[in-house]
Amino acid sequence: MGDRPLPTIYPETEFYWNGAKEGKLLLNSCPSCDKAYFPPRPFCPVCGNRDVEIKQASGKGRLYSYIINHLPAPGYEPPFTVAVVMLDEGVKMVANLLDCPPDPEALILDMPLEVTFEQRGDVAIPQFKPAGGVA
Amino acid sequence: MTRASIAIVGAAETTRMGKVPELSQTGLHADAALNALADCGLTLADIDGVATAGHDVAEIIQYLGITPTWYDGTSVGGCSFITLVRHAAAAIETGLCKTVLITHGESGRSNNRSHRPLFPSMQQQEFESIYGPLFPPSRFTLPVMRKMKDDGLTVEQIAMVAVVQREWAALHPRATAHDPLTVDDVLNSKMIAYPFRKLMCCLVSDGGGALILTSADRAKDFPTKPVYLRGMGGESAEGPMISQMESFSSSKAFRVSGKMAFESAGITHSDVDHLMIYDAFAHLPIYGLEDLGFVKPGEGGAFIAEGHTRPGGALPLNTNGGGLSYMHSGMYGMFALQESVRQMRGVSPAQIKDAKLSLVHGVGGMFSAAATAVLTSEDQW
Repeated sequence: MGDRPLPTIYPETEFYWNGAKEGKLLLNSCPSCDKAYFPPRPFCPVCGNRDVEIKQASGKGRLYSYIINHLPAPGYEPPFTVAVVMLDEGVKMVANLLDCPPDPEALILDMPLEVTFEQRGDVAIPQFKPAGGVA
Repeated sequence: MTRASIAIVGAAETTRMGKVPELSQTGLHADAALNALADCGLTLADIDGVATAGHDVAEIIQYLGITPTWYDGTSVGGCSFITLVRHAAAAIETGLCKTVLITHGESGRSNNRSHRPLFPSMQQQEFESIYGPLFPPSRFTLPVMRKMKDDGLTVEQIAMVAVVQREWAALHPRATAHDPLTVDDVLNSKMIAYPFRKLMCCLVSDGGGALILTSADRAKDFPTKPVYLRGMGGESAEGPMISQMESFSSSKAFRVSGKMAFESAGITHSDVDHLMIYDAFAHLPIYGLEDLGFVKPGEGGAFIAEGHTRPGGALPLNTNGGGLSYMHSGMYGMFALQESVRQMRGVSPAQIKDAKLSLVHGVGGMFSAAATAVLTSEDQW
């Protein structure tokens, strides 16, 4: 089955993965627009400002959309959930849902989620789970 | 009165499609190119512009022995050939070349090729692929649950897209799948990526196609009935990370591309006799109908389910059966164009009577890019 894929980390995204190792979900944020954005890059994709900040996200969000994947993927046992999470900061990101069965009955759109981290070798992968325990 | 300036004078698909293990991907390009040249009575020496996608355009130029003054290798996924039609039109209009050959070949099934057609996206790999959606069926479908909740779209309506398109495919001898489908057949087929089942996903085929474009004032010198471009079409892109789509219920790239094509052609929706919307998966014609403005947002699923796009309906859509039933090489946009050309020539096996205007809209990657073209049988309007 192989190991789950590891991200190729680039200079512009190193802070994000370093933050994950410390259990923090870090986002770039533009002080001019007063908005977070994703994925990381060293300028604001709305206004072009290069003077952007790194802020720790609340780690709270909601289930925005998902599929239950029945196709093979290294290190995964299908079926498994691939979710899009809408963070409270207003940005979307992909994650798997941990502590939640890959079952439409359990996957209620807009249900509250919170960040958790999955260790893959030396890399910590941001993941999400139902807020306040198993759904 | 506006006179047409650009015409499609040659059009053909590969001699065989579906399973073509005897040809490489380069060979599929060449087979399609030679068929299109034969279609309009030209030779390779007459071609001075070459465009392709998903394959190095320079290799196609060398393989065919062409010495071009213009080439274009814009490669943004399956809609690229629609994009290349408008780029070729601009090149001919500005005198960069006179006669353009656009080729597509893809060994999607037999995999007689050195590479996959789409550039990998660094950010998609770093922030999406690591979570396991490695194939188009588990990426392209990600926004749909959101659209179902927000717009009331149902899984039965998505299934109806496959059912209706199979009715069109039944009329096409070259279509891969002909047997009638029911909604139950679709909903009982193998689960691939909930809520998507196998019959909501495109075929995987070998094949190709080619087009030859030149200025409209030369169009009557050819043996085939010319098909003219009305306006310069449209294109746009939103990017390969599907999770970053501005809206999960609507494609910004579709909206921008479509609006530009309508404005450039100077047409309204009621002028469109025939419509092709690239359907790699069954939700795409629903997004397409809404984002091109044929129906209001949220009404695309019901519109198809009510039968408006099926044979005999008011808005014939994907009359070759589409990527779901006709063929899907991987970059299917060329086949949508081929059916539009057949309809405007009046020679489609699923011919729409008196059709004079065809709109063809494609997606590239997974909602990554879009392109739109308007074809017509009329040389002035």
